[in-house]
This record gives sequence, structure tokens and C-alpha cells, in this order.
Amino acid sequence: MTPVSIQANAVSKEFNRGLIFKDISFSLSSPASLSITGKNGAGKSTLSKILAGLLSSTRGSMTYVIGGKQIGIEEFKHHIGFVSPYLNLYDEFTAIENLEFLSRIRAAATPPVERKKELLTLVGLWDRRDDAVGTFSSGMKQRLKYAFALLHHPEVLILDEPTSNLDEEGSEVIHRIIQEQKKSNILIVATNSKNESQWCTQQVDLIPVKK
Amino acid sequence: MEFLTGIWGVVAKDVRSELRTRYALNALLMFVVTSVATILFALREDEVTTDVLSGMFWVVIFFTAMSGLSRIFVSEEERGTAMTLQLVASPSVVYFGKLLFNIGLTLILSCAVTLLYLAVFPLFMIKSMELFVLTIVLGSLGFAAAATIIAAIIAKANTKGTLYPVLSFPILIPLLMTVMKSTARALDGEIFSAAFGEFQILASYVMIMVAGSFLLFDYVWKE
Repeated sequence: MTPVSIQANAVSKEFNRGLIFKDISFSLSSPASLSITGKNGAGKSTLSKILAGLLSSTRGSMTYVIGGKQIGIEEFKHHIGFVSPYLNLYDEFTAIENLEFLSRIRAAATPPVERKKELLTLVGLWDRRDDAVGTFSSGMKQRLKYAFALLHHPEVLILDEPTSNLDEEGSEVIHRIIQEQKKSNILIVATNSKNESQWCTQQVDLIPVKK
Repeated sequence: MEFLTGIWGVVAKDVRSELRTRYALNALLMFVVTSVATILFALREDEVTTDVLSGMFWVVIFFTAMSGLSRIFVSEEERGTAMTLQLVASPSVVYFGKLLFNIGLTLILSCAVTLLYLAVFPLFMIKSMELFVLTIVLGSLGFAAAATIIAAIIAKANTKGTLYPVLSFPILIPLLMTVMKSTARALDGEIFSAAFGEFQILASYVMIMVAGSFLLFDYVWKE
């Protein structure tokens, strides 16, 4: 795996309703893990989206480095796997079609059958690979999001509420994925759970800004 | 190459999605049938001029396009898949993929309206085919280019349904006026060079709309 690093430089985010968080700074170089914690509305999901390049910060900046070379977020997105309650897959497609179409849009090579099989087996969905995602339970959809996030071997895995909707077996699978990711890559977890925050070695605690 | 692969991926995904869900296609075809039937009942006994016929022709295409083309972004927002697309593709890949899909949809719509008009209006006779075809092609490109960026804008708004035609109309007025005029010329059987000015306007409209949309799309799409 190529060494990567992410640096947040005094990042602040403001919506119309006001300031969400301000001056968040941290630095991560692989292997590393970071948990983002805080109360409801503190901005955990917002910060996750900023890290994944899906939102821009109001102030401050993000720096992404891969193989010693600083790159822009659009290029860096190819190295990110993201799981979030706000990120949905296509209900009208089957599990395997979702992986194939999104991989094609990412302009990556069509994932080999073995990789798709490996991931769908890992998350326990191989037997349901040809069923439309619309027929899946919320827990199964969450599992499929992990297969999608890991499809392109991302160097950075960002998980927002990693075990939401998952049963005990699903949580164990995710725990294994997380342990694997932490070995040589970057793992970022946004969570309310104390237990999940302990998976990571570094922590950013978002404190609600006084308005 | 990666750029083109990504664009093609977006188009293929949208075509497959449309064939499965028929979000836009059903709305477009039903609107075409009902609006042409209404015009037929209203004009059946009248001897209308080619100006009126070409006007009615593009009115049907305008309102039909308004009812269907916005789905391209609205459905992504409503289903929560917009963020998935943002994650896997750059804004320019998404824009050109969606634009190509809308061009295809508008061309299908224009052909369907043309066939229906030819079938039900005896006075709708295309006397200058090359002029008519070029008008349809450039008009569809212009419609699709404008509809795509407006759809991206309104997908982020709360009042999506009403905002689309309201925002589109002023932007589409130059296009509508030009295509109506050149369609009337095609129905009157005028020679190609007579409509050269209109084609220059249409080609410029398409280029300006695509270039402007491409520059704007990054800001519209991200937040």
C-alpha cells in the first residue's frame, strides 16, 4: 500500500444556522486511526464529509499527500472508502450491479469477479448478489456499503456511524475490516459510541460552539 | 481516457436505471400524448398557419421536457445517491454524463412528438427535411444543455416542482423563439441558407450553455 497522509489545518464549518465547529486541526500518516466524537449536532458527519471531499470547509484547509506527493481532493477521492448513513446505493440495481456501475463511474478497471465475490462473501451478501438492493433490509444495505467502500482497496477508510443497523454478526465483520484497515492504512471513525471510539489511537472531540 | 470511461459509466448507469424505473420516460410519453390530444381537439376544425403549428410543436416539447428532464438530478437527491456519485466521480464527469443522457432523452422526445404530429395534423408536412432535422438536433441539444444545469440547481431546492419551469422559461426563450422560426421555415419548404442565421444562433446557444454550465456545475453540485 502507498503511504498516505491527511492533514486538517484549522478547519471550521458554518452553515446558515451558524457555526458548527471551528479550528479543527490534526495530522494522520498511515498507519493511523482517528475517532471523531461529540454530541448530536456537534458536526461529526459534517467533518467526515469534509475529510472525504464531499463538503468544503468554510475556513481552514485540508492537505492530502500520497506517496510523498501532495494531490487535490478530486484525485485523492480514488483512495477513499466512505460509509455513511447519508450515502446510499441504487435500489433498482442488484448488489453486484451497484459494485460494477460505481466502479465504472470511478473509471477504475472493472473489479474482477474474485474481488466482488470476496467482498460480498465477507459481508455475507454473496447469496443475495443478484437481488435488487431495494429488497434488502437496512442492515444488509449497510453491509453492501462496506463492500462498495472496500472495492478499490482504499488507503483511507472513513466510517460514519460504522455499526448502525447492523446485527451482532455484522458488527463482528466490521470489526475485522477495521482491524485489517488499521494495520497499514488510515481509518477514521465518526461515532457516538465510546466502545467504537476506542478502536482508534487518536481522537478529535467536537465541542458544540456557543452561539 | 479515464474521463471518458467515467462519463460513459454515468450514461450507462442512467440508461439502465431509467429502463428499470421509468422515472422520466413514462412522464414524458404520457405528457406528449395528452398535450398533443388536447391541441388536436382545439385545432381540429381550424386551418392553422405553419407558424402556429411550429409554435404548438415546441410548446409540447418545452412542457414535456420540463416534466421529465429534471428527474435526472432530483431522483439522485431524493434517493440519497447524489453523495455516492460525488464520491466516485468528479463534477465534470457527472455533468457530461448527465448531459449526454438528457440529450438522448430529448432527441427521443422530439422524434416522438414529430411522429405524433405527422400522424394527427395533416397540415404538419415537412417540406425541407434537412432544415427540420438540423433544427430538431440543435434544438434538442440546447434544451438538454439548459435543462441539465437547471435540474442540478433545482435538485438542491425545497420547491423543486414549481421552480423548474419558472427558472427554465427565461433561459429557454431565445432557444424557443429561434427553433419555432426555423421549424416554420422547414414546414414552408424554404431553402437551407434561409435559416442559416437561426442555426448560427442555435449553435452559439448550445456552446454558451454547455460552457457556462460546465463552469458553474462544480459549485452547484458540491453544496
